[in-house]
Amino acid sequence: MAHDTTHASEADHAHHDHHDHHDHHELNFWQKYIFSSDHKVIGIQYGIVSLLFLLLGFLLMSCMRWQLAYPGQPLPLIGNFINDLYGGENGVMTPEIYNMFGAMHGNIMVFLAIVPLGFAAFGNYIVPLQIGAPDMAFPRLNMASFWAFFIGAILIFGSMFIPGGPAQAGWTSYSPLASSIPTNGQAYWLIGLVILIASSLLGAVNFIATIIQLRAPGMTWMRMPFFCWAQFVTAFLLLLAFPPLQVAGLMQLFDIVFDSSFFLPSGLIVGGQPADISGGGSPVLWQHLFWFLAHPEVYVLILPAIGMICEIISNNTRRPLWGYKTLVFAVLTLGFLSFIVWAHHMYLTGMGTVISTFFQTTTMIISIPSVIILTCVLLSLWGGSIRFNTPMLFALAFLPMFGIGGLTGLPLGFSYSDLYLHDTYYVIAHFHYIVAPGTIFAFFAGIYFWFPKATGRYMSDYWGRVHFWLSLLFMNLIFMPMFLQGLNGMHRRMVDGGANYASPVGPEGGVIGLLSEYIELNQTISIAAWCLGLAQIPFIINFFYSITHGKKVHSDNPWKATTLDWQTPTPPPHGNFTHPVEVFRGPYEYSSPESDDDFVPQNAKPSPSHQPAVAKK
Amino acid sequence: MSDHDHDIKSHIRTYMIIGAALFIGTILTVAVSYVDFGSHAINIAVGLIIATVKASLVALFFMHLIDEKTAIYLLLSCAFFFFVGLMGLTIWADQNPPNKTQNLQHAPMVEVTVDSQHPSSASDSHPEPVHH
Amino acid sequence: MEIPYTVKPRPDTGVYNAKIGIWLFLASEIMLFGALFSSYIILRITAPEGSWLEGVLNVPIGFVNTLVLIASSVTIVMAWASLKMNNYKAFQGYMVFTVLCALTFLCIKSVEYNDKFHHYEMWTNAESNNRFTGHFDKSWLAEQKSAYKAKVAQLNADHQKALSSWSQSDKSTPAPVAPKFPEITFFTLTTTEIRNLAAFLGTDSVVFEKEAKHAYKYHGMPGEDTHASNDHAAAGAEDHASSTSAHDDHSHHESLTIPVSEIKRTSAFIPSHSTYFAIYFTLTGLHALHVFGGACVLAYFVICNRKMWKNEPDRLANRIEVGGLFWHFVDLVWIFLFPVLYLL
Repeated sequence: MAHDTTHASEADHAHHDHHDHHDHHELNFWQKYIFSSDHKVIGIQYGIVSLLFLLLGFLLMSCMRWQLAYPGQPLPLIGNFINDLYGGENGVMTPEIYNMFGAMHGNIMVFLAIVPLGFAAFGNYIVPLQIGAPDMAFPRLNMASFWAFFIGAILIFGSMFIPGGPAQAGWTSYSPLASSIPTNGQAYWLIGLVILIASSLLGAVNFIATIIQLRAPGMTWMRMPFFCWAQFVTAFLLLLAFPPLQVAGLMQLFDIVFDSSFFLPSGLIVGGQPADISGGGSPVLWQHLFWFLAHPEVYVLILPAIGMICEIISNNTRRPLWGYKTLVFAVLTLGFLSFIVWAHHMYLTGMGTVISTFFQTTTMIISIPSVIILTCVLLSLWGGSIRFNTPMLFALAFLPMFGIGGLTGLPLGFSYSDLYLHDTYYVIAHFHYIVAPGTIFAFFAGIYFWFPKATGRYMSDYWGRVHFWLSLLFMNLIFMPMFLQGLNGMHRRMVDGGANYASPVGPEGGVIGLLSEYIELNQTISIAAWCLGLAQIPFIINFFYSITHGKKVHSDNPWKATTLDWQTPTPPPHGNFTHPVEVFRGPYEYSSPESDDDFVPQNAKPSPSHQPAVAKK
Repeated sequence: MSDHDHDIKSHIRTYMIIGAALFIGTILTVAVSYVDFGSHAINIAVGLIIATVKASLVALFFMHLIDEKTAIYLLLSCAFFFFVGLMGLTIWADQNPPNKTQNLQHAPMVEVTVDSQHPSSASDSHPEPVHH
Repeated sequence: MEIPYTVKPRPDTGVYNAKIGIWLFLASEIMLFGALFSSYIILRITAPEGSWLEGVLNVPIGFVNTLVLIASSVTIVMAWASLKMNNYKAFQGYMVFTVLCALTFLCIKSVEYNDKFHHYEMWTNAESNNRFTGHFDKSWLAEQKSAYKAKVAQLNADHQKALSSWSQSDKSTPAPVAPKFPEITFFTLTTTEIRNLAAFLGTDSVVFEKEAKHAYKYHGMPGEDTHASNDHAAAGAEDHASSTSAHDDHSHHESLTIPVSEIKRTSAFIPSHSTYFAIYFTLTGLHALHVFGGACVLAYFVICNRKMWKNEPDRLANRIEVGGLFWHFVDLVWIFLFPVLYLL
């Protein structure tokens, strides 16, 4: 057994002749870094844009947390600025502004930050490297996809500065509310969304085609790293679930621009007046089309994260991933099932018992593959010689966080408990546990892990640990109390954090409102949220400082990983591989008896002396 | 090469036959829509069946799906599965509204009565646990 | 750097990259149109009683368009086959024919759209037989328009005159106020616009070119007009309709004079007035966009790819195959759209 935690003999594995790669023609700055069709540059472009949006979405939420903790008090620093933009006075956040920020927080986080970061940024950078491809199957389409995303993102973000402000109807944009609010922001959002979806579709086509067609010789399906499997399933989810939302977005856009009534029922009253519409539409139709995307979207958010976690855990435990095939089939099942559970978001729309039973059943079934995945990853830790570096810490923290988020989802999957918990802070806590300390931790892990490949330098491990422990602490301080608030009935869209609803004791002694102790938790949560923001400062500084000043890597494979992405020069040149690659073995051959070192890369030729021994086992 | 040419020529004959069938199918669709089959639902069904047959001809012969690679069959069956799921479940959800009267009949009758002789029954709504 | 399998198929999957790509794209298109058809079904079955329009589209036009698209589908596959048989001339001919078919389709569609923009439906205050469809009488509409313009010009001229005489006077009286007139686009006449127009011009009725074929379709009971004339003799519209209605002469367009006071609601065949037309325009508009996009790409293939035929004939054949697959899919969607929207 090789307990190689000290990286003693890196020199043995130094790669040869990676300095003599030469580009065929010199590209100028614009071709090389801006309008590049190289998958790695596009991946980094996606990464930068989506990290900026991640920060922006967080800042919006920090403003909202002020309003929740100290309702009606002037917002420090930017209060007057938002008053100038959206109205209101004395620096106080009006309910309209709160709704705008809430809607934009959701939209930005889901569509502009997490999905592009996990699927597009990491996927673009890593997938072609891991399967041994020179680039994506359609490099120019890849570039088009990024620029479509960029335009869509600018439209959505730009809507924050138009007169009337951005969309206010939440990220779900339920009609008729969404088309009744008098702002053009909703139309901007919808147009941006349609462009964004076009970009996602191009991306998804590209990913699937790349994975099917461009696997290196010998890279059979069951030799693909699990991250590629996760991306493959994610791409299918995007490909087939996004078009219905595109249709729904177009229809809602027509409701706004051409005054049609797709989602507007007859007899609609807006602001006390009968709406000037022809009516006859179906508001529930929007919810069906929206959630048909938005449930698979949940898996789009989490699957790339799980893929990265698997890579990092296997690498840092120096063991093969436990139950690789089980994981693959579980993720495929998850992908299939995720399309037929969507209406568990809609129990409150007035659903018959039969259809509700169907969706409850599928929802319970889909938790099985999720648990299988988590169990496999957890069992992979057993007996490993774990290296506790920063990426591994984030990856390890992901497991319980994802577990909490997933298990608290079960009560929401049953219609009877959902009737009570629907639209409370319990829901917020549930899905944020999956996406914030779950997915985002996985992204941090991924950034720390692949940073040496992209730049040739490590990020500081010390500051990485500081970043990790503070983030872990504050994430839990934010979201754990929300479960309590939600269980006690705090509604998620109350602009004052429930202050107006505080009426602890009714006339006959029973509790009829929110208890003040749960309202006071708002302040704890808000302070934790701002501290979480501060805790990211070490990360940001570490990130930029390490690009130029970080510790240099001594080999192309600093983590001693088996997958092909580490068998390239650092950073990988245009075209990725200096030799034609061929794959001879599975993705996670760590601690293999075949090698004196504790790992065997996928492209290492089987040595004749060891092969029979392995085969006999 | 001549073999290949011959192959393509036989293809061309197929294309012509399918084209003719599609023309006839279109005429049939219109003609059938003027026939009253007794109920509107049957008319719709007949129209859709003809359309499906025509669409299958296009997909099978013009798009060569009658002789395609496994990879393409696999991904199309995915799309078809989810398409059926979307349409079927949406319509099913719409056709299965909550039946209010039925639910009321079967719901257990809950009556909260304040009974002076048994004060514990009124305290059920209290947050404190009641020990019997 | 060379991307593998751009022209030659990969041995284990048996396809080249673009073919997988286009089929994936078509899979997403299946979901796109699938979602639209699902929406159509939901909107139709949840529509309030009597509000879903049926049989208001022009079947012959739709029929011709279906044939045009099917013909283009045959020719695109023939173009591919000609290329495979090394017959570039025939390939060009078939491609040009295909693109022309696409343009024909779009022309016919735009004529049809234009007609729909001027098509109306009208409800009157009568309790039954109160719904008509057709166009506003063209000569009546032209008359109204010129009368409106003349009156506006007249009022403006009067105002200018009054203004100039006022400016030459001692200005002791207040300046004459600019005249107000209702804004009327004459693109579609909404109910409010009709009322405003009538008040402005002093007309008291609307002349309606009723299309006998459709007029009674919604409440389609034969002999209803006799009911109407009995029950609602007071309503001038029904009186007129029943008196001039030649029930056996369906091709004849009658005109119908409806008093403005009798109009409950008018509705053009545009998205804002009817959910049926909203989904009609969305479905056919999206389909027409696909036709347009496909035609552009096919035209590019035939115009700009002559060199490729000399250098990489296989690659051109692949392009035509992939373009053809998209084109067949567009045809396939229309095969469903035609009966669903026009006939059923």
